[in-house]
Amino acid sequence: MPRIVFIEPDGNRREIEAPLGVTLMEVARQNNVRGVVAQCGGACACATCHVYIGASGLAKLEPREDMEEGMLELAWEPRDNSRLSCQIHITANLDGLEVTVPARQRVP
Amino acid sequence: MTSTIVIVGAGQAGAQAVDTLRREGYAGRLVLIGDEPELPYQRPPLSKKYLAGELTADRLPFRHRSFYDEHRVELKLGVRAQRLDPGTRRVVLVGGEELAYDRLLLCLGAESRQLACPGVELAGLHYLRGIADVTAIQAGIKPGARVVIIGGGYIGLETAATCRKLGCQVTVLEMADRVMNRVVAPVVSQFFSQEHRAHGVNLICDARVVGLEGRGRVERVLCADGTHHEADLLIVGVGCVATTRLASDAGLACDNGILVDEYCRTSDAAVYAAGDCTNHPSPHFGRRIRLESVDNAFEQAKSAALNMLDRNIAHDRVPWFWSDQFENKLLIIGLSQGHDRTVVRGDPATRSFSVCYLKDGELLALEAVNHSKDYMAARKVISERVRLDPGKVSDPSIALKDAV
Repeated sequence: MPRIVFIEPDGNRREIEAPLGVTLMEVARQNNVRGVVAQCGGACACATCHVYIGASGLAKLEPREDMEEGMLELAWEPRDNSRLSCQIHITANLDGLEVTVPARQRVP
Repeated sequence: MTSTIVIVGAGQAGAQAVDTLRREGYAGRLVLIGDEPELPYQRPPLSKKYLAGELTADRLPFRHRSFYDEHRVELKLGVRAQRLDPGTRRVVLVGGEELAYDRLLLCLGAESRQLACPGVELAGLHYLRGIADVTAIQAGIKPGARVVIIGGGYIGLETAATCRKLGCQVTVLEMADRVMNRVVAPVVSQFFSQEHRAHGVNLICDARVVGLEGRGRVERVLCADGTHHEADLLIVGVGCVATTRLASDAGLACDNGILVDEYCRTSDAAVYAAGDCTNHPSPHFGRRIRLESVDNAFEQAKSAALNMLDRNIAHDRVPWFWSDQFENKLLIIGLSQGHDRTVVRGDPATRSFSVCYLKDGELLALEAVNHSKDYMAARKVISERVRLDPGKVSDPSIALKDAV
């Protein structure tokens, strides 16, 4: 199973083995990663599973679709490497992916 | 320090309350009672990806069992609470077990409104509320099966879309003159009607169901105009009612839901309530409301948990809702009641547009069809009570947040 490195809002680093096929959001939630709220459960409807993807990982991901793009506009401090973790499916090539959780999710 | 908190109801609200209580440092005894046997799970996929078989059962629970063990949550699942005794602060479970509480949280949810017409006792009639309902429905779904759905609301239409994807012949019977009439503007109803028809759903509005017929199980649905619809499977989605019996039997004040204040307190000082089962004040909208939504279950349970820990935080959120039907996403933020004008942004023919509800220029609500940008902007505009210029609002080239 690929290992994902989550960096929680307080800087805590957690290395987690992620099952293939589920989403990055589900990995975070099932492992109680701090700061990933995921209110809608993966429907790309709430923008509360926002994360920043480490530079080396970005190219391995499918690009953002329009819905996700629009959602991220008013997420908490969106950046170029912002993604909704519910839109990322775990694949073997994501081994070592570094994922930073923002200090807050959506406002309001 | 409070020593025992009991939560009745292990749905979205109950699960969230557990999460918040432990996260906020509550260290006492914590008991979560749910009448379904499964770990607390997400309901939204039930009519969509779970029914479609695209999401397996192991992905429905919010948390694995280990989470509850690690956080010392006593799960009592597949167990029904029979009655409350607020006088002695006890919950009595079916089977006789009694649980004493210092604070009690009721997250009883809502239950499907029952169809009332001759023939409802026949087999083959399903509601869609829990995993067990989906299991029963799935047994009857196969390509070519004739599925009749009574009710063109969220559940009815999401289920219709899923059944079509699975190759069934689908008929939707809606009592009103348009689908989702309680929750969206006519232009949105029209868009989704067209989508369903384009995907081969036989959608009939103004359909008044007067009876069900069949030998032992439902074979056809009869309408007031004399028409009838042959059915291998009948699914009824005609709304929900708040589950309040446990509360009302115990003497707690109820009126279209368990009455709570903005601190999620019921009429008994030791009893709180959250989620679909509550009738609560909305400071933002200036009236009492009852909501059936994931968002409210989540947020109100969080507020209730904080208030059970004496944080004294008034619950005041702008509610939101979503629905997925075929490839379309409907996002709604706010409550439109009381608006004095509606403005459509964009052309429905482009399959991406939104409807704004204004009152004296203030945005009360927005319905976005495949338009997450307007939806996210509206979240901010509504909660900050920004006044908009209707002329600018109608111009989709002007960002909503700039339409002032």
